[in-house]
Amino acid sequence: MKERLKQLMLEAEAKMESISSLQEAEELRIKLLGKKGELTDLLKGMKDLAPEDRKSFGQAANEARAKIENTLNERMDYFRNAQKELALAAEKVDVTEPAIPHELGSRHLLSVTIDEITSCFRSMGFSVVEGPEVETVFNNFDALNAGPNHPARDITDTFYITDDVLLRTQTSPVQVRTLLSQKPPIKVIAPGRCFRCDTPDATHSPMFHQVEGLVVDEGITMADLKGVLDQFAKQMFGSSTRTKFRPHHFPFTEPSAEMDVSCFKCGGKGCKVCKGSGWIEILGCGMVHPNVLKVGGIDTEKYTGFAFGMGVERTAMLKYEVDDIRLLYENDIRFVKQFR
Amino acid sequence: MLAPIKWLEEYTDINVGVQEFCDRLILSGSNLETVDYYNKDIENVVIGKVLSVEPHPNADKLTVCMVDVGKGEPIQICTGAPNIVPGMKDFFVPVAVDGAKVPGPLHGKPKQEGGEYIYAGELRGVASMGMMCNCSELGFPDKIVPYRDKDGIWILDGEYTPGMDILEALQLNDPSIDFEITPNRPDCLSMIGMAREAAATFGTKLRYPETECKKCSPEKSEDYISVEIKRPDLCKRFTCRVVKDIKVEQSPWWMQKYLMQAGMRPINNIVDITNFVMLEYGQPIHAYDINTVKGGKIIVDAAKDGDKFVTLDGNERTLQDNMLTIRDCEGALGIAGIMGGLDSDIKPDTKTVLVESANFLGDSVRTTSKKLNLRTEASGRFEKGIDPNLAKDACDRVCYLIELLGAGTVLSTGVDVYPVPEKAKTMDVRVSRINKVLGIEIPGEQMVEYFKSLEMEAELNGDIITVTPPTVRQDLEIEEDYIEEVARMYGYDKLPTTLPRSETESTITEKQALRNVAKAALRGMGISEFQTYSFVSPKASDKVRIPADSYRRKFVKLINPLGEDTSVMRTMILPNLLDVLALNYARSNVNVRGFELGNTFYNNGKGEGILPEEKDALCIAMYAEGETFFTLKGYVEELLAALGIRGAEYEAESKDPTFHPGRCAKVSVDGKQIAVIGQVHPAVTETYGIGTEVYAAEIDFDLLYGLAKTEIKYAPLPKYPAMVRDFAMVVKEDVAAGELEKAIKANAGPLLESVKLFDVYRGAPVLPGCKSLAYSLTYRAADRTLKEAEVNEINQKVLVALKDAYNAVLREM
Repeated sequence: MKERLKQLMLEAEAKMESISSLQEAEELRIKLLGKKGELTDLLKGMKDLAPEDRKSFGQAANEARAKIENTLNERMDYFRNAQKELALAAEKVDVTEPAIPHELGSRHLLSVTIDEITSCFRSMGFSVVEGPEVETVFNNFDALNAGPNHPARDITDTFYITDDVLLRTQTSPVQVRTLLSQKPPIKVIAPGRCFRCDTPDATHSPMFHQVEGLVVDEGITMADLKGVLDQFAKQMFGSSTRTKFRPHHFPFTEPSAEMDVSCFKCGGKGCKVCKGSGWIEILGCGMVHPNVLKVGGIDTEKYTGFAFGMGVERTAMLKYEVDDIRLLYENDIRFVKQFR
Repeated sequence: MLAPIKWLEEYTDINVGVQEFCDRLILSGSNLETVDYYNKDIENVVIGKVLSVEPHPNADKLTVCMVDVGKGEPIQICTGAPNIVPGMKDFFVPVAVDGAKVPGPLHGKPKQEGGEYIYAGELRGVASMGMMCNCSELGFPDKIVPYRDKDGIWILDGEYTPGMDILEALQLNDPSIDFEITPNRPDCLSMIGMAREAAATFGTKLRYPETECKKCSPEKSEDYISVEIKRPDLCKRFTCRVVKDIKVEQSPWWMQKYLMQAGMRPINNIVDITNFVMLEYGQPIHAYDINTVKGGKIIVDAAKDGDKFVTLDGNERTLQDNMLTIRDCEGALGIAGIMGGLDSDIKPDTKTVLVESANFLGDSVRTTSKKLNLRTEASGRFEKGIDPNLAKDACDRVCYLIELLGAGTVLSTGVDVYPVPEKAKTMDVRVSRINKVLGIEIPGEQMVEYFKSLEMEAELNGDIITVTPPTVRQDLEIEEDYIEEVARMYGYDKLPTTLPRSETESTITEKQALRNVAKAALRGMGISEFQTYSFVSPKASDKVRIPADSYRRKFVKLINPLGEDTSVMRTMILPNLLDVLALNYARSNVNVRGFELGNTFYNNGKGEGILPEEKDALCIAMYAEGETFFTLKGYVEELLAALGIRGAEYEAESKDPTFHPGRCAKVSVDGKQIAVIGQVHPAVTETYGIGTEVYAAEIDFDLLYGLAKTEIKYAPLPKYPAMVRDFAMVVKEDVAAGELEKAIKANAGPLLESVKLFDVYRGAPVLPGCKSLAYSLTYRAADRTLKEAEVNEINQKVLVALKDAYNAVLREM
């Protein structure tokens, strides 16, 4: 019997070695270990052995069975893996084929710019307010200290709906609305559309956007104005940006200034964007004129404030080097999609 | 305003280079546009003395000149200039010698960048060794070329050394600075005004020009003329002086040069002097031929309505009441502050002139100028405001210059009618307030120095500075104006930079937040944001077939639009986006999906006060592969979901002319119509030239503000399993899926968690005119596991109800 077992193991090992598929392995398992398998048969003959031989034979047979099982399992795993590999290989894709698009829509460049400006000022505690595009002459001019003969009131400069109603020429009337509806401390910005009688060309548009700013509180100084706008410039155009404040004139501020920033393209060395000067004019600003504060019934001895206003189109065009303002309103999808 | 730097130097010393001069003036408040040079691209152009002019042997219109250019032998130059005729001799001209460079333009061709070279050549067989230049060939703009030489070679006034470089000889190397003068500083629209700013900026002294005549005739102006101001409300001052023995000729080059570099055309000595003094002081001057003043009297009075008057430019104008005129005993001589008359103008044979230097009310000049549509240098200056105290100095300065140039004999006195002399306004300002507003701590003494540097009188008493500015400074009215004076003299750049101490919280309004949510949701679904004009053509409503009586035609109209296409405020955004789609379609752009969220305007009396109603509207419009009514509906549903708006109902709309009659729905929430969505009517897209299906939604965003619920409360996840029942029903085509769904919900009761239409099938074996709708119903109880039997019972009830109400037949699945 022992001899037969030895013989069977030798044959079994040779057969297991030559298996070439999962199916052959399964067939071999049945042939050796199945109910009518060769090893099973052999074990059935164990009862005929002398009792003293039974134990050692039984041990040897069990070892043989375990060995066959292990080896067969290993072989079967091998073929199973190989099969999976084959299946995966068949599923291979060419990763350089184009993607199936799930395009996001784009923000409009004007919104991108307004959002950038807004987030700079929100980080400094400014709230966002707004006003109507069709405004009263009072809010747009009278309350902003623009004299009755101010040239901007001319029918060649401003669009009128009636003698007393116009398309706002600036976002500054939101200053008036804010002063009438809020009490200091006031710290707001107001983005929005404005209108002036400019025939459209590469640099002019009869409709454009501004962002207005207003701060009113006790102890607000011109140094605060410089500080806030300098911070803004650094956030908006990069931390190495420098600012320059030049005296200027606006009816609704006194003292008034214009702010230039060091050119964000060349860093101030002089280039096409800054027309060689190293500086780019960005906004107008100043300390709120007492006549404007008085419209809001604010005590001008106790409170002071500053205001500023900037053109969104101009900022966007400079920052992104857009050379024709009309591109902003024509909405060619190839242009719009560039500012995702 | 163009200020030649050498002209400014007549009134104050300039001890710094041009760049520093400009930089520091910018920081002290005089911003500038450009610095203009007149020597650009001029090389080897020299003074030539024309010794003889002979006819050209081969051409009638040409002449042959012998010109001394300082090289010993004269050179021969041919020219076709009409002002060079045979027989002329001994005059000076600019000559571009062989190899010279001039800025051009040359020979009627456009100006070349970098200039053009001139070489010796020949003209009709006669050698020409260079070119005698006209002013525009030397780069001067046409409008400043001296009147006499505007159509020919530039004949130079004065004596020069032949061969001398033209830039040296004519002193053309110094620039003019083009200052940007803000409307509050009309005093800076003059050389003295700018010199005053420069003197304050650099701490130099301001020098006023000489005004006193030395060789007056003993006669007095009042012997010739008397002046009466009948409207002192419109004329603050009238000063005049008589000059006789007038010799009208060319001005000396120095005066011509200053005028040209300040942008004015030299004409003749008398006109040039009046312009020179206007630029010098900012005070307009007018000169009359005194022989045309009838009755020896000047009367400043309003015109009579309907009076006809021929102005200097040869146009007859009809005057109206309240237009101020300068008159003699018979009629108008000039329109005050705007333009003189043709008759009283200086002519070549004028012998005696009356020099007028007057002050007219700016508003009156503005009104008249507008009504006559006649704007002049003088009217612009009066409109902005002129100090009446300048009038006499300016008048005397004109007389002084006439005497200096030997152009006439000035009478010993002038006539000066000045009913209420303008007095300097004194004001007290507080040192502490100035420091407080600027955020600095500088002593009052320093502020006093700043004020004095600007020619103000200033005295410090404790915290108070008593300041008296010169009367030219009409802009200084309140303390803040003086704060600005201190700030700009101290230097804006030297002010500290601080941040406000105010405690404020940054907020946005709920509406802004909802707009941000909507925009982000749409972008997330691949729809891009567009921006179009708020004003549109009223015809756009025709293009999208808005009915004549629609509220969308209640336009807010512009009185003065740029054109018909921007003449009314929009009442909807769809036409704008169809324009955008049309543009993209014409450019063969594929897959264009866009939205605009913006204002619409209604002339309906519902706005704030006198204002029209402004409402936020959202329009989505697209043409793209795969888009259908249902993808559009999907965008709208997801948008509403993002805004927390539930329960939108869709009702077929077949009568909206803008949309496809079979592919359009009204969308309502809580019984309010919030939108119309659908395929844009093919007839409309055809009008726009779009050859493909366009899907669009016009949404009343204002209504969404009230419906939106952005506050989210967590709903616990279900603990017990759901049970799903699928079935398909065959119904007639005219049964709306939405109706069936409503009926399912109504009959299934509270255990129905959701119902989903997952398939719509038409075709055999379903009979024509019918459709099969496949539904999946999910049942769930929050507190237990449902039993088969109870779900089956409910489901059966639903099926029966559908059969009863819609004759819906259960289809085998």
